[in-house]
Order: sequence, then C-alpha cells, then structure tokens
Amino acid sequence: MKTMVKNLYGWLDERFDLSPLIDFMSKKNVPVHRHMIWYYMGGVTLFLFIVQVMSGILLLFYYKPGADSAYESMRFILTKVNFGWLIRSIHSWSANLMVFFAFVHMFSTYFTKAYQKPREMTWVTGFLLLALALGFGFSGYLLPWNELAFFATKVGTDIVGALPLIGKPIMAVLRGGEDVTGATLTRFYAFHVAMLPAVFTVLLGLHLVFIQRQGMSEPEELARLPEDQKKWMPFFPNFVLRDAFLWLVVLNVLLFLAVFYPWDLGFKADAFAPAPAGIRPEWYFMFMFQTLKFLPGHILFVEGELVGILFFGIAGIAWMFVPFWDIRAKSTSKFNPMVIIGLISLIFIIVMTIVGYLM
Amino acid sequence: MEEQKTSRRKFLNFIIGGGLLGWVASVVYPIFSYLIPPKVPEAVVNSIKAGSVADFPSNSGKIVKFGRKPVLLIRTDTGEFLAFTATCTHLDCIVQYRQDIKQIWCACHNGIYDLNGRNVSGPPPKPLDEYKVNIVNDEIVIINELG
Repeated sequence: MKTMVKNLYGWLDERFDLSPLIDFMSKKNVPVHRHMIWYYMGGVTLFLFIVQVMSGILLLFYYKPGADSAYESMRFILTKVNFGWLIRSIHSWSANLMVFFAFVHMFSTYFTKAYQKPREMTWVTGFLLLALALGFGFSGYLLPWNELAFFATKVGTDIVGALPLIGKPIMAVLRGGEDVTGATLTRFYAFHVAMLPAVFTVLLGLHLVFIQRQGMSEPEELARLPEDQKKWMPFFPNFVLRDAFLWLVVLNVLLFLAVFYPWDLGFKADAFAPAPAGIRPEWYFMFMFQTLKFLPGHILFVEGELVGILFFGIAGIAWMFVPFWDIRAKSTSKFNPMVIIGLISLIFIIVMTIVGYLM
Repeated sequence: MEEQKTSRRKFLNFIIGGGLLGWVASVVYPIFSYLIPPKVPEAVVNSIKAGSVADFPSNSGKIVKFGRKPVLLIRTDTGEFLAFTATCTHLDCIVQYRQDIKQIWCACHNGIYDLNGRNVSGPPPKPLDEYKVNIVNDEIVIINELG
C-alpha cells in the first residue's frame, strides 16, 4: 500500500514537479499568540460555504422555480422527501451562520490590522466575497416564494430603483419587469445557483491562494518581539488538525440548530395581499432596513431613502478600500483613529440590528 | 526612417486595439440587451367592478385587482367608498386599511396615509393616487381617471 502511494506520488512528481510545493507547505508556520483564535474564523466560513454547496446541490434535485411551483416544491421537500426538512434546514441555518462568521472574520481582520501591506488584495477579495455572500442570501431568500420573502424582495429591489438615472434600468433587470413576479423568481434562481457561485468560486480561489502564499499575518505586538521570543506552530499538521476539530464542532452545532429549530416555510406569496405586519429582511440586512425606517420622507430636497442608500453605498466602498486610506496612529497617541472608526461601525450595526428586532 | 516605423506601429496598434474593443462591444451588447426584460403588452384597464355594496361592511378595506395593479378599496364609517392605489410610495409594499386607527397603513416601514391618501406619518414621500368609485345599481365600480 505504502509503495503504491509512493509510486503514484513519484509518477505525479515526475510530471508536475510537486516537490517545491510540498517543501513550501511543510515549512509553513502559524504564529502562536493570544489573538490566535481569530485565525480560525475564515476557515469556519469556508467550511460553511462547502456545506452550502453540498446542501444546495441536494435541494436542486427537487426544487422547481416558478411562481406556481416554487412554494409547492418547497412544501414537497419539507413534507414528502426523506430528510428533505433536514437538508433545507441545514441550508438555511448554514447560510446564516456563514454570513455571521464572515462578519466576525472581517471585523477580526480589521481590528488586528491584518489588512495592511502586503495583504491589501486579500482584504479586497474578502470584502467582495462578503458582498457576494449577501447577494446569495438576498437571492436565496426569495426562492421559497413565501410572503415575507416576496415583500422583502419588493423593498430590496425598490431601494435600488431609487438611485438616480441607473436605478430604474437596474431594477428592471433584477426584477425581470416592472414588478416582482415569477420572472423575478427565475432571475434570482439564475443568480443564486449559477452566476454567483461561478464568480464566488473564482474570488474564493484567489483569496485562499493569497493567504497560502503570504502566510498568516502577525499582529503588531508579536511582530515587535525579537525572533527568539516568537512562538510558531507548523501549518501541517498542527494547525490543520485544529481547524478540522473546529469544523467538526461547527457541524455539530449546525445539526443541532437544524434539527431542533427547523426553518419555517411561511405562507405562499400573494401579489394582491397587504404586506403582513412584522415583515423584515434577513437579520444581516436589518441594520440598513432599520436605518431606512428612521429616515424621514425628505431630507432637505432629496428623498430620505436615497440619502440612506447613498450613505450605505459610500460607506461600503470606503470599507472595501480600507487598506488604501488606512490612518496609522502615532505611537504616542492613545486613540487609534482606525479602531474608533471600526468600533463606531460595529456598534452602529449591532444597535440598529437590535432596535430592528425590538420595534 | 525610424519615425516612420513608430508611426506605422502606432497605426497598427490603434487598428488592432480598436478592433478588439469593437469585438468586446459586439459580445457585451447582446448580453446586456438580453438581460433587459421585453415589454409585455397588457390590456389597458380603465374600470373594474368590485362586487356589490351589500357585501362590503363599513369601516373595512380590501385589496382588489385592477388589471395587474393592486387597488385598496375602503368603506368608511359613514358608508362612503374610497379607492387608492395599494402600492406604498415608499418602497413598493402593499398597504392595508387599519380599522383601529381608521387610516391606511403600510406594515413594511410603518408608513401612514389618511383617508385622502395623503402621507401623514412615517417614511412615505408622496401621497397615494386616488381612484374614483361609482355605485351603479348597487354595484361598486372603480374608475381610473388618471388614464
């Protein structure tokens, strides 16, 4: 058996020259320090993405897009298909956990300043991956064609329509017409199962290659230490095994949630029924939704909604380019401007989300 | 001689670059056009019948189909009939008549309109369009006067 593996390796090595790659991997080290826990957040997000791909493919076997079939096929999956409820519940829970861990990963990268040179592009690809993950969430939310999703989609796409000049055409492309109809569902289905996965996979590949090539970022306090006081851990097998253990823990948590708190299907969407009370988007859009709710109809001469959209648009773009306008604090100063900006953003998001659920 | 050579190079680069740009445009244009949904012709609806007066209690509201658009039909306390477009001017949700506050309410962002369709509270930026309601032989007829 051992010789067979060795022979196979020899055969491949002869053709693809694997030795430098193996050599590179075996020398890879991970810095050991008290903020190490944050290194695992990206890995957990990656694991949940893999769960999403697998459970999503399974759902495709029974799901039928279309205003007359989507909700019915979901009900079929939930009530008739063996373990259908479990697969669907895993897909919903894992989606939410994935977005949650992506946010944790992003903020931990931000506060440990891991985005600084030379990792600017890792940050930018990471930001784009989070944006795509939100796109996955938004498009996937509509697919069961239930009441809440129908109105959330109406609101979400109408927000885009408020943009001057380009808003209406983009809204028509997203909706596949003037209103949210079966045509919108078909489009969201195409986004969710084909377009977004294709783009996401390419960006994810880049993101991972960047990380492997550059290694883990050392936090400032560790980088200042003399070489002989730094502690390291080999990437293979120590770090990978710790990663694998955490993935197992996350899988168990996911299964617990999926089994004991299965996701609701709700009522079928009806284009001629009033919006139900308590209509709300997925939790990760809540802070934006709540902010829009607070804005008055008009701010000066501009529609309040437009002011809100422009604010979030500009803030998002600024966030994406953080490594390029990073303000370095003077070592004498107690207040780091980037930490303050980060804290304000984080507190704003958390407070608005909580307020959204309380009101 | 040398100068002639570079200007020829420049010319060729221009032609090839321009050709490439044209080729990209010829690929991208059909794709974008494909994504813009075609206009579906729809019958122009100017009026609909919404049932008989006797079936419609006072102080209540109901969404009725006006062609492809939802319209909110209300019968007030005093028995008067009113009709407004049911689409909230804020973010496109469908509004409803609230019996307790006797106003029109949008559940999405807590927008409130009075019984003239005026936006009186919350985020809606514009009033709701009003439709005319006629009673013909005890039957409710909703008419779009805006055309």
